[in-house]
Amino acid sequence: MKNTDFVVRFAGEGGQGFLSAAIGFASANTKAGYHAQTFATFPSQITGGPTWMQTRISINPVLSRGDEVDVLVVFNEYAYEAHKNEVKENGFILYDSDQLNIEDSNKVLGIAFEKLGKTTGNSRAANMVMMGALAELVGVNLSVLEDFVKERWGNVERYGEHIVPQNIQALKLGSKEVQERGLKLSEIESPKKSDTQQIFLNGNDAISLGAYAAGIEYYVGYPISPATTILVWMEKNLVEKNKFVYQVSSEIEAITAIIGASYGGKKSMTATAGPGFSLMSEGLGLAWMAEIPIVVVDVQRGGPATGLPTKTEQSDLLSSINPAHGDVSLPVIAPGTVEECFYGTIEAFNWAEKYQGPVILLSEHGLAERQQNIPKPNISKLNVEKRLINKSSENYHRYESGNISPMPIPGLPGPYVANASEHDKMGDTTHLPERHVEMTERRFKKLDILKNSNYEYINAESKILLMPWGGSKGPSLEAYEKLQEQNIDIGWAYTMFLNPLPEKLLIELRSKNLVIVPELNYLGQFSSLLRSQNVNAQSITQYTGLPFKVEYLVNKITELL
Amino acid sequence: MSEKKNPEYDFKWCPGCGDFGVKKALEAAIKKKTIETEEPILNNVIVAGIGCSGNMVHLLEGEQPYGFHGLHGRTLPVAMGLKSSRPELNVTVVAGDGDFLSIGAEHIAPQAKRNLDVCVVIMDNAVYGLTKGQSSPTSAEGMITSSTPYGKTEVGFDPLAHYLSLGVSFVASGLSSKIKDLSELIYQGMIHPGFSIVHVQSPCTEYNNTYEILKGNIKKGIEPLAKPIDVSHNPNDLKQAIEVISTPGIPLGIIYQSKDEPTLAQKYENLINKSKQKDFETLLNSYSI
Repeated sequence: MKNTDFVVRFAGEGGQGFLSAAIGFASANTKAGYHAQTFATFPSQITGGPTWMQTRISINPVLSRGDEVDVLVVFNEYAYEAHKNEVKENGFILYDSDQLNIEDSNKVLGIAFEKLGKTTGNSRAANMVMMGALAELVGVNLSVLEDFVKERWGNVERYGEHIVPQNIQALKLGSKEVQERGLKLSEIESPKKSDTQQIFLNGNDAISLGAYAAGIEYYVGYPISPATTILVWMEKNLVEKNKFVYQVSSEIEAITAIIGASYGGKKSMTATAGPGFSLMSEGLGLAWMAEIPIVVVDVQRGGPATGLPTKTEQSDLLSSINPAHGDVSLPVIAPGTVEECFYGTIEAFNWAEKYQGPVILLSEHGLAERQQNIPKPNISKLNVEKRLINKSSENYHRYESGNISPMPIPGLPGPYVANASEHDKMGDTTHLPERHVEMTERRFKKLDILKNSNYEYINAESKILLMPWGGSKGPSLEAYEKLQEQNIDIGWAYTMFLNPLPEKLLIELRSKNLVIVPELNYLGQFSSLLRSQNVNAQSITQYTGLPFKVEYLVNKITELL
Repeated sequence: MSEKKNPEYDFKWCPGCGDFGVKKALEAAIKKKTIETEEPILNNVIVAGIGCSGNMVHLLEGEQPYGFHGLHGRTLPVAMGLKSSRPELNVTVVAGDGDFLSIGAEHIAPQAKRNLDVCVVIMDNAVYGLTKGQSSPTSAEGMITSSTPYGKTEVGFDPLAHYLSLGVSFVASGLSSKIKDLSELIYQGMIHPGFSIVHVQSPCTEYNNTYEILKGNIKKGIEPLAKPIDVSHNPNDLKQAIEVISTPGIPLGIIYQSKDEPTLAQKYENLINKSKQKDFETLLNSYSI
């Protein structure tokens, strides 16, 4: 029987260049029609330190990084010792026999990547020898990688005419080494024909593209892992007429500047992570209070304080809903896949304009660093909300109506004071009890218009539901499918709209005996939120800095049934 | 155009507060700016900090500009968001010495280096008034306040020297009781293409009444501490500006004004010329498999 998917892990030290090899390998396979997802974990340093990346290739959409490794490629002895036990029983370990001192077996293969690479005349072809060996081991047709090489280095003017034949030669040399030893996993099935065009990108790119599609006009930010790549994307692509992008001096400057820009009528966003998000608390309260639409992306990392800058965690949920002092309940959208990063960002902008206030897009390191193929979005089908702008000049009062009221924009009629202090209909400061009651209720009532969002709901009749959130969606869905194969009676619910929850879904959740919530934090934050809304919810928690493994979830869920 | 009438709003400055004079000067400067530039009053935004001075934005009389009464210390970033996204607006910041030089101090240097084209009016009373008389950065060393009952141990902050050292492209110093002069300084700050600060001595009659020290008292033989800068002063000369602020007393007038320093908007325009115009489809296609 042929395989339907496999996992390859590359492990070594930061700066050895194998991360791009791993992404290249994934990219090459997606070009051939396979689905791919990468997963990377590294220490908070640029060069050195134990780093690894794995790529899962499948004929079906990839839900999780893959629990076990089919082929491990190691770039130092430490990586060999640290990862060898995660290789499947019938899997393989590959290494450069010129560089490392490891003993070969029928599972462990040393190939002289460097030396063989040099025989092609290209002194940097070692990775190509490795890729050729890899393709042979996992049963991917070598033409998949050959096509990749032709496209990657095909520009003769830029790369010269030799590099393509040299690299193809290197691929063949690697492949031949493995063939001669007669080692191979069972071959992978040919990819299924897909009728939708695919794109290949990571979560932060998808967020940036989503913001662009939503009509972002103003972005300022401050570098922080793992959100920096959004700033970098914007600095490259948003420098245009009537738009503005800037690296500012702190997260406090970032949040207050985007509030100023949105008050001026511009669709505005910033992106940050834990420590920066904490600094934005007061500003978020201001945007809620003065009713100014903004989008703040929090790419979660391990916390609190400086925490684990380069590891994944889902521990900012409670603080994203309630980052500021006082009565606040911020809308939160938490994408669970790279595709949802794109659509979730557009929805975040739409929510901000609809209810006129700050919206948190709660992403996470595991999504930011994950490369994945997704169906190419169709721009003509995207729904983008425009701002409701005041045009009336006759004694217009910004905060008068009990409902959403059009926003006056400087330069246009209806001058008012946007006020962080409690205020009256004109925006002037007030301490009257009845005004605080009126305005507090006005601010909370606006959330009602956000309660009709989409959600997934499968096996509705089951009394027990599995309901992950954010990036735990993938491994949870894979675990759910495994439980279905075992005929276990369990339902599935999922939404990226966490606050406020879709009203209909909340009613359903309340009717269940148990809602099981896999989430990457110690407190069980989402289940506690659900319990506070009269849902009998219980978490499966993990706080290792790594995503869930499917097998772990299957076991934990089974224990709870 | 609407004159503001809000019977519910009841905030008052204390009798004799310097901020009254600053209010009149600011109103006159905005009026002059709208007349001279033929821009509508609605193109004006006043961004206020927190403290007694911040209430300026609610108290302005006459035709109403837009207002933003935000967080303590964060006037400049709000002003940056507004001005960098809407360069055609006339953005004026009003804040106190505590708001601007203590909690908000971190924001001055970046805007000076960017040369953000906004005018900042600082009302300096060397005390925290709204919280009832604590020491502020500009309180003198040794000053007794409710938070320094045994005397302030910090050396008093020299705001004018600080602004010059940061490269603020327009620095002026005014006195709240000299409304006409002050109004002209604010107007000059508004039309200066770049980051301008008009630092105003605006005494607090309740917690730090410095009127007599600043204006002097002939009967008592007290020389005024605040004196107009000599007419021979060339504000385009940084050396002369440093001399002016190094002389004992508080100089009144334009201390420094740089010539031909590009604003953030002008510098940004150059970036736009360098970058390639993008569209969503092109960006999307760069991720095609």
